[in-house]
Amino acid sequence: MADFFAMGGYGTYIWPAYAVFLIVLAIDAIAPRLRRKRVLAEIRGKLRRRQAREATP
Amino acid sequence: MNALTLWFHKIGSPPTFYRIAGALAPWCFGIAIVLGALALYGGLVLAPRDYQQGDAYRIIFVHVPCAWMGLFAYGFMAVNAFIALIWRIKLSEVLAMASAPIGAAFTFITLVTGSIWGKPMWGTWWTWDARLTSELVLLFLYLGVMGLYHAIEDRRQAARAASFLALIGIVNVPIVHFSVNWWNTLHQGQTVRLMGESKISGDMVWPLLVMTLATHIWFFASVFARTRVGLLELEGGKDWARDVALSDAPRESPVTAHG
Repeated sequence: MADFFAMGGYGTYIWPAYAVFLIVLAIDAIAPRLRRKRVLAEIRGKLRRRQAREATP
Repeated sequence: MNALTLWFHKIGSPPTFYRIAGALAPWCFGIAIVLGALALYGGLVLAPRDYQQGDAYRIIFVHVPCAWMGLFAYGFMAVNAFIALIWRIKLSEVLAMASAPIGAAFTFITLVTGSIWGKPMWGTWWTWDARLTSELVLLFLYLGVMGLYHAIEDRRQAARAASFLALIGIVNVPIVHFSVNWWNTLHQGQTVRLMGESKISGDMVWPLLVMTLATHIWFFASVFARTRVGLLELEGGKDWARDVALSDAPRESPVTAHG
């Protein structure tokens, strides 16, 4: 197991490279989910404001 | 209209595409993750050590698929940008703008992993040679497209301006691809070929190809997810987007559809 993580002495290069790959793609997957929440909240906010405007004569 | 044009218009309508993309995205993410895990196992555990580079070459299994994706995403963006500029199809504008950050992400991974690979093999993190420099320009083009898109207030005008920049930037794509042939460079030449024999052994090449497939599927998963959000943003005033927004919010103060 230790052998596997050592990667023939190149472990200090290989694992950070793979970490960058996984972290950047994880961010790529999460980013649209966060933006979706924000966009939907904005649409509801606009709708609420419009309703409030229409409710007051 | 004939049946094909009709079908095309139907797919291209925002609510329809929103629904289809929503059904496909989770499957694409799932398949990409399973294939990616398989490729990682093949690349890190099963593939033999390289006779020249030792284990350091294993960075290839993330570096090369991401490099290909950086170019593929640019092609996808440029085709959609072209359609957006000529026919002004809303969906194409959103698709083009959705692919820019994904392409930027893959190009960023390529640059960083390449740099990490370069240190033990070439003795330097960075050098201003043709392949590396043109790849950096590719990243800047993506960032330029994204920046221009966010700098203009009107979303549709912004998408068209950014699409125009994306089309101009396509001149860089062949430069990246052929740079290792056109100039003397530290970067190694092409080892995997579609036509003819690859200069890489079979037990090394299958994890590479599986990872390539995984990243392509991942790209479409991410494009679908981002395009859905982009369509909601663009069509926020339309009924279908309101329905999505209302059915999404169970815990906020009540808003009724017919206020």
